Amino acid sequence: MVPVLNLVHLYPGLLNLYGDRGNIITLKQRMAWRNMELRVHQVGLGEDFPDVPVDLLFMGGDQDREQVVVVDDLRERLAGRLSALVDDGVPFLAVCGSYQLLQRYYHPARGPDLIGLGIFDAHTVHPGPDVARCVGNIVARWDLGTIVGFENHGGRTYLEGDTAPLARVVAGFGNNGQDGTEGARVHNVFGTYIHGSLLPKNPAFADLLLRLALDRRFRDIELSPLDDSLEEAARRSAIARTAS
Amino acid sequence: MMGARRTTAVAAARAAGLASRVLGRGGGTALPGLIATALDRDIIRDLALQLPCGSAMVSGTNGKTTTSRLLAGIVERAGYRAVRNQSGSNLERGLASTLVQEADFLGRLPATRRALGVFEVDEAALPDVLRAIVPRTLLLLDLFRDQLDRYGEVATVAVAWSAALRGLSRDTVIAANADDPLVATVAESGVGPVTYFGIASAERVGTVPEHASDVKACPRCGGPVIYDRVFLGHLGHYRCSACGFSRPRPEVTAREVQLHGVHGSDFTLCLPAHELVISFPLPGMYNVYNAVGAAAAAHTLGVAPGDIRAGLEAATAAFGRMEPIDIAGKRALLALAKNPAGLNEVLRTVVESAGPAHLLMMLNDNVADGRDVSWIWDADIEMLAGAIASVVFSGSRADDMALRFKYSGVLDGAGGPEWDVCKDTRDAVERASRLVSPGETLFIVPTYTAMLDVRQVLADMGYVRPYWEE
Repeated sequence: MVPVLNLVHLYPGLLNLYGDRGNIITLKQRMAWRNMELRVHQVGLGEDFPDVPVDLLFMGGDQDREQVVVVDDLRERLAGRLSALVDDGVPFLAVCGSYQLLQRYYHPARGPDLIGLGIFDAHTVHPGPDVARCVGNIVARWDLGTIVGFENHGGRTYLEGDTAPLARVVAGFGNNGQDGTEGARVHNVFGTYIHGSLLPKNPAFADLLLRLALDRRFRDIELSPLDDSLEEAARRSAIARTAS
Repeated sequence: MMGARRTTAVAAARAAGLASRVLGRGGGTALPGLIATALDRDIIRDLALQLPCGSAMVSGTNGKTTTSRLLAGIVERAGYRAVRNQSGSNLERGLASTLVQEADFLGRLPATRRALGVFEVDEAALPDVLRAIVPRTLLLLDLFRDQLDRYGEVATVAVAWSAALRGLSRDTVIAANADDPLVATVAESGVGPVTYFGIASAERVGTVPEHASDVKACPRCGGPVIYDRVFLGHLGHYRCSACGFSRPRPEVTAREVQLHGVHGSDFTLCLPAHELVISFPLPGMYNVYNAVGAAAAAHTLGVAPGDIRAGLEAATAAFGRMEPIDIAGKRALLALAKNPAGLNEVLRTVVESAGPAHLLMMLNDNVADGRDVSWIWDADIEMLAGAIASVVFSGSRADDMALRFKYSGVLDGAGGPEWDVCKDTRDAVERASRLVSPGETLFIVPTYTAMLDVRQVLADMGYVRPYWEE
């Protein structure tokens, strides 16, 4: 029997701006190329979790307007379930706007603060519509080497307490353009501003998420190596364009 | 004093345009305008006021160049002389260049000719341009996500448009796409009369917005938007199930649209008192929207239905918009694609074309393309499975596009297409055209600056004329 993992994609219709689908496609294909299957279940506004064991969680980013639409539903309906899954070690990737929603709060350019899930001990402040956004190619270093991608965010994120950053910025802005941190990691929850899309050009990141999920569900499944030469070439062009 | 400055500005600008052409430094389409506006800030306003028949303006994310070209063709049949800004020079300086070329050295436009401005305007530049020029008709085509790093989010552009429309008087008629919920919401914020246009019915129709959809919630209340019909991206027949906002009833429509691949389409154009059967030479549903938009704008300008039909039926492809090119006896079509919705429409035309198709995908990430290439992951590359015989990737981010194709599964399998990465534009053109057999078609699909690159290479090879000679 083909090993199966179940991924829950939260609010795919509302939170999807910067090629977030690329992350899902990447996880799906890297499973398929190893003769395994990733099943994607979409959970939208007001919808319940599917009746399957959840192995992976993904949530994308969007405009402030969509975040406002999502935040109450997320906090009031899904918070309990999500925190149980997170405590249980389910890998969870949150990009850009949803990274902000997993923090304690987001202070937007207009309107009241959005109270987030507080999975990350961190908060985000939008300095106002007249302050330049953090836009451009980004390169950062983490345990598994280099992460490359693109960032485009108005809000500045500040990690609190002993919250660990996901990576250290080599070129670009990262969390706030000041302290050299990018993203955050708690347990197996990964928050980041990097899209581009993130996972296609960072196959080691994709495989880390898959390995964490496989290790939870099965005892003895190894991730066989794939030919990542195109991925490597795309990483090199992204790094070259970061310098220009 | 004013007169002297105006004369200096016009003279300096015209000299710069001439010099840049003579030196072969490109079309000289922006430089004269830059110089003119630097020397004389009111030049656009004053010159535009002298246009004897006023002007019409076309804005939106996709279709500006083609639609303004269609509208110019229509109004010329009605006896106007269309004054157009050429070649996608659609920021303030491009308009200034166009008007300066029309003026004499004293900054006067000749009053005798029936000159009507037909201007395409960049969607982000529209609010500024509307402060300088008040058009008779403002045609609003669509709002898609495009170059998020440059324009910001789609909603930001919509808010800026709404504010600009509130500053217009009742003298400007808005021609607005009823099928785009964002545009329909914007159109309501003006005080002037609105003529809506849209597509009534078509052979190819869905009920779910495409993945690339940019309308995720009702633009008015944030509630869920339900579609009865989707013709393209988020364009279709929609209603909000929470607040009751729905597609306004359009006065100008296309019904019974039938698409014929690269050969264009047939549809019935319904004007308030006329129905015209149109055989339209430009391909794809997106061009049907361009045609109906141009017809709606022409109708608000008082153009007769016969002239509208004649103008549409005589349409030819704009620069780089499914533009046919002969490469040493091999048939190529050059099709700009700069955002997910636009790329999906081009790829759909590729899939629907008869015979094996070949692709040259050219992805650049310069400022004018958008530095962020993540949009390629929102385009439905997967639809190409089994439909292409070869694909060559080029441009500064060729590897990213190749990776997108790899993950789409299109390159897989024994029967998969031959493919290659050639960063250099000339190498890529040569490699791609070698793979094409007689009778087959090569689709060259570049982003904006890649299109300028490939046009230059094709011109150097003797296959196309430089764009400023159009």
